[in-house]
Amino acid sequence: MTNEALQQLIGSWFPNPEVDEIPQIIENLETSEVLEENVESSKPINPSLLEFTEEGSQFLSILVQPEHLYALMNQLKLNKQTHFDYLFCLSGVDWGEELGVVYHLESTTHRHSIVVNVKTKNRENPNFDSICDIWRTAEFHEREAFDFFGIKFNNHPNLKRLFLTEDWEGFPLRKDYVDEINMVIK
Amino acid sequence: MQPTIANTNFKTEPYQINMGPQHPATHGVLNLLLTIDGEIIKKVEPDLGYIHRSIEKMCERDSYQQIVHLTDRMDYLSSNINNEAVCLAVENALQLEIPERVKVIRTIIGELTRISSHCLWWGVMGMDVGALTTYFYGFRDREMLNDIFEETCGARLTMNYNVPGGLMLDIHPNFVKRVKKFVAHFKTKIPEYDRLLTDNVIFQKRTKGVGILSKEDAISFGVTGPVGRASGYSCDVRKYHPYSALDKVTFKECLKTEGDTFARYQVRIMELWESLSIVEQLIDNIPEGEHRVATNAVIKLPKGEYYQKVETARGELGVYIISTGTKNPYRLKFRSPGFSNLSALNHMAVGGKIGDLVATMATLDLVIPDIDR
Amino acid sequence: MNKSLSILTNIHDWLFSIMPEGVASIVEMVLIGVAYLGFFAIAGLFLVLLERRVAAWFQLRIGPNRVGYLGLLQTMADALKLVSKELTGTIKADKFLYNLAPYFVIVSSLMALAVFPFTKEIQAFDINIGVFFLIAISSIGVIGILIGGWASNNKFALIGAMRSGVQTISYELSIGLSLLTMILITGSLQLSEIVEVQKSGWLIVQGHVPAIIAFMIYMIAGTAETNRAPFDMVEAESELGAGFHTEYSGMKFAYFFLAEFINMFIIAAIATTIFFGAWLSPFGITESIPWLGVFWFMGKALILVFLMMWFRWTFPRLRVDQLLTLEWKYLLPINLVNILIMALIVWLNLTIKF
Repeated sequence: MTNEALQQLIGSWFPNPEVDEIPQIIENLETSEVLEENVESSKPINPSLLEFTEEGSQFLSILVQPEHLYALMNQLKLNKQTHFDYLFCLSGVDWGEELGVVYHLESTTHRHSIVVNVKTKNRENPNFDSICDIWRTAEFHEREAFDFFGIKFNNHPNLKRLFLTEDWEGFPLRKDYVDEINMVIK
Repeated sequence: MQPTIANTNFKTEPYQINMGPQHPATHGVLNLLLTIDGEIIKKVEPDLGYIHRSIEKMCERDSYQQIVHLTDRMDYLSSNINNEAVCLAVENALQLEIPERVKVIRTIIGELTRISSHCLWWGVMGMDVGALTTYFYGFRDREMLNDIFEETCGARLTMNYNVPGGLMLDIHPNFVKRVKKFVAHFKTKIPEYDRLLTDNVIFQKRTKGVGILSKEDAISFGVTGPVGRASGYSCDVRKYHPYSALDKVTFKECLKTEGDTFARYQVRIMELWESLSIVEQLIDNIPEGEHRVATNAVIKLPKGEYYQKVETARGELGVYIISTGTKNPYRLKFRSPGFSNLSALNHMAVGGKIGDLVATMATLDLVIPDIDR
Repeated sequence: MNKSLSILTNIHDWLFSIMPEGVASIVEMVLIGVAYLGFFAIAGLFLVLLERRVAAWFQLRIGPNRVGYLGLLQTMADALKLVSKELTGTIKADKFLYNLAPYFVIVSSLMALAVFPFTKEIQAFDINIGVFFLIAISSIGVIGILIGGWASNNKFALIGAMRSGVQTISYELSIGLSLLTMILITGSLQLSEIVEVQKSGWLIVQGHVPAIIAFMIYMIAGTAETNRAPFDMVEAESELGAGFHTEYSGMKFAYFFLAEFINMFIIAAIATTIFFGAWLSPFGITESIPWLGVFWFMGKALILVFLMMWFRWTFPRLRVDQLLTLEWKYLLPINLVNILIMALIVWLNLTIKF
């Protein structure tokens, strides 16, 4: 499936409740120029709760809110037209103010790929839903994200540190991690 | 007469033992916590991190040319292919035109690296199941390849021959001749390997029906490479996302459906034949040209995210770079094949015996620095 | 040539002439014991070196060749090193049994060595139940293994000892039955009689088909009996320690180690005696030189030892349950049927005699 078709299909699963307000703005277009400023300043309404972008990446990229993550992932795998059954990369990222996870998915039947992004501003206690029961490869990858970023995953069967020892303090791959002894800063 | 009733109310507990980290069968420093009941395995939990060197954190402060040097310490048996992955990611991001000569040489050296890795794998596989002589035969053939690499690239294990933009040096004049001689020699050796190990009844009894992984489980666990292909999952990156000169050669993707240890073994032996055929197709027609395209001394990738997949001897290696336009990557993640293959070990080994675990691990072909990064 | 053999009778007569009879026979026995101990030690050293050279030859390398000419002093050097090692022991080990275990295996090996006919005159102990004695003595070695594993006070050593014990006991059955198959032809258990019968053709030729089957079963069972590859899951199962001799070090470990090689030689020697005609030359070509009997015997035994080493370095290992399945479900029924066939052949006089 092409990226546009994917965008249409996946977007339609999470329709934006604000879409109903569009007719009100169109009505107001016929009045004076005061409202033209409003029209120019108001951004085009996204028909879906998900944000799609294709710039800066070779794949179609979806930004989803943490509460819809599990539902989206489940649909992506189960829907026959998308059928993303291969999760080939799960990376934690520290975006500066936010912590996020990037999922790279591929379908073995249709051979198309997609990227799902999820972010949270909560740096003290970030957590997302675990998708271990959808793709079993996530078990180890989510443990690694927890180990290096401190991101907790709800409903994970065995969320412990993977590479570092149990009593290690801090989360090394975060940008604000400081270690006097082990880190060499150029 | 009443039979005496002995007190057989013994409380049985699961018995936990450590296999590793120093252990002849776990190729590298891997600690496995086994929970066993007599001879049957109940749970396998890998304990990783013994050789974790925080490569991903180091990549955030190194330049792109320096990152190439870090990659071949990860999976040191396919070091050339790892280097190629990062170089390709950087070159695609900068949209550089790479000369044909470079592409062909990169493919040839990549396939030779794959053969070398499988030779070592075969030797160690025999050793793990008890045929101690196979180790030496595998290394004898690997020595020939190491000598060829040493003449051209300067090193035998961590070659660093690729740089973003091409190759560090042009190939040695003897390269083509020596590779042809090796191909002719190795074609007589693979039947020898078959006679020694593949056709052996004891070996087949040790490996058939052991450690079965179905196709759905393979896809769900993200298992790629020969392990995935032995379960019927067609996942060869060289076919679906070809890179370098791989779209110009014809080769078969080796698939088997049983998913047991013997199938994984057979897939790798078939891959040896396929790699030899790829090298043969390319070695006579290396196009003339530059061996390197000039790049800036300080490489800065444009803002964005880049993902490059390659097929190492173990499976699919992914290099994911997030760049903000500076001279270091903002985040660099290596999706290593061994990591996902290891996560399927518990699923495969439960219910079998300890001897089966050893045979299964030998066919998973794990290299622990690849997993621990 | 006959003069050299008569040296032994000369010594015998000289001893009996200078001392009273009782003392003389005791002194003679002590001398023979010392001679056999010397043979045991030297044969052990030589076999270890042979194993290393043969293994190296299979593995495309050279093997030890620096210490002494062709490496002949290598094992001597290793033995000296082992002697100088500290004898460790676990705290709660049963001291008496822990020290006793190696001696069981050595004693059983030595006693088995005593009955072999190296040539017509050189046979220390020609008892009339020769074969039965051999089989009985080799069973005593199992006790040494089990005691060693138990007394080490180590879970893994105990598991290894149990497995090894089970394996040895199972395969003794096959050894006994295959030897029995050949006794049907000779009609006597006494080893010198067995050699006499073979003067009209080696037993493996006399008994043709069932004898060849019995020989193959015997070689398989003999390799399993000494815990050698491809049946060495017990020792090479390095997840569970080094088997029953994990806790032994220094000289005591050397005893177990040497005993394994001597056992290998004993299995080969039994096969030589019963299947291949001990010290008899093929077609009687050197019948007139009795001394050469020793060389024929050692030559045949060494060829069989080489065959066992060849197995070790070529085949993968069998899993423990596959090992026991092989014995109880395959070798034992084949053996029993083989005995029937052999009995039929002997009764119908179909053996090949020259």
